[in-house]
Amino acid sequence: MAEIIQEEKGGGGKKRAKKLLPHMDMTPMVDLMMLLITFFMLTTSLSKAKVMEITLPDKITDPNQEAPKISASRTLNIILGPNDKLYWYPGAVKPEDFNNLPPLMETDYGADGIRRMLLERNRSLAKKIDDFNMDVISGKIKISQDSVQGAIRLLKRVDDTGPIVLVKAYKNANYGNFVDILDEMNITGIARYTFMKIAWYEESMVETAAGITSTAKASAN
Amino acid sequence: MPKIKLPTKSPHIDMTPMVDTFAVILIFLLLTSQMRSPEPADVDTPFSISEKPTPDFNMMTFLLAPDGKVFMNFDNGPDTLLKFRPKVLNEMGIRYGIEFTEKQLREFEKFPSSVGVPILQMKEFLDSEDAAIRKTFQTGIPMDSTDNQLSFWILYARQVNPNIQACIKGDSKTAFETVEKVLDVLQEKNVKRFNLITNLEAAKINLEEIQQ
Repeated sequence: MAEIIQEEKGGGGKKRAKKLLPHMDMTPMVDLMMLLITFFMLTTSLSKAKVMEITLPDKITDPNQEAPKISASRTLNIILGPNDKLYWYPGAVKPEDFNNLPPLMETDYGADGIRRMLLERNRSLAKKIDDFNMDVISGKIKISQDSVQGAIRLLKRVDDTGPIVLVKAYKNANYGNFVDILDEMNITGIARYTFMKIAWYEESMVETAAGITSTAKASAN
Repeated sequence: MPKIKLPTKSPHIDMTPMVDTFAVILIFLLLTSQMRSPEPADVDTPFSISEKPTPDFNMMTFLLAPDGKVFMNFDNGPDTLLKFRPKVLNEMGIRYGIEFTEKQLREFEKFPSSVGVPILQMKEFLDSEDAAIRKTFQTGIPMDSTDNQLSFWILYARQVNPNIQACIKGDSKTAFETVEKVLDVLQEKNVKRFNLITNLEAAKINLEEIQQ
């Protein structure tokens, strides 16, 4: 209920209510807010970490089960060596060839090293993916952002010329090397790659190439 | 000569717009950021070109420290009422014949970062309030063939939350042997898809330069 309060009017002189100062001192508030902002800026991470997906093959538990066969001409073995070194060799090596193992090619993680080598071998697929991406950007192909990945995956699935890369790690490699090499697979658009355990004859190949005194040979004999 | 009297101005500046700006920035920071929980080990993740963001929930993260210790973290699921963390700990307790009290389970539920405590010391770890004392218990999850606690953690985490995804967060300097051991344990438990947590980095390729 609204009530009307009648103003009391004094006798003669006008009595004014004391005017309130319109300004409030905001400085402490500013100080406080600055403090809070600084605190939040220091304790929070704005950029969220990203993830990279990798799928490993089934573990072969049954000794009678054979590993899936892949054509040796398309196989490319990459071995992560010690001290950030990187080795590769094409084709397949059997344990029987122990006495004449092929030499390892040495390369590095840079754009002119492993990336160039992979792109040279995966040129046709990389070109297709690159063209497709260009067409999407320039608007030639109208496709939703979500389907782009699916379309690239399809391009990779139908590809049958690119290399099949087997990544193996020598015991002194580190996790950064592993992520780097998987990243190169994504950059160069390799359709088929997997991570495998290193074989003892490959270990001795690395040891020959890097000049480490062999440990695998002794255990093999 | 008469002195010219300048009108004295009030020394106060109006701070209101400044307060407004700060309030906006503060609210923005509060809404967009999540607190960085202190991890038991410092880890510098490697770089990759992947742009896929980390999932917010349903993930178990394996923290691989440069010194070879392995820590594990998993969340309570999309809804905190699901209480996945205490459920998993309870299962672990049953497996190892340890009974955790209600309070200890609650402590574990709200523990913000990765845990690398051998299960036999878990009770003492949860009972101690002091962060510095807690840190001394974080010696990494045992995962050798005689007592593979990591594989049980994975087993129960997946039993309790079937949608859980595996994430690996390692330091670039972590020896690959550690990574391989964790991968082996995961593979044995039939986890075949992993997410490797990385930082974003741009990569350039020049196809024209590459000759056939």
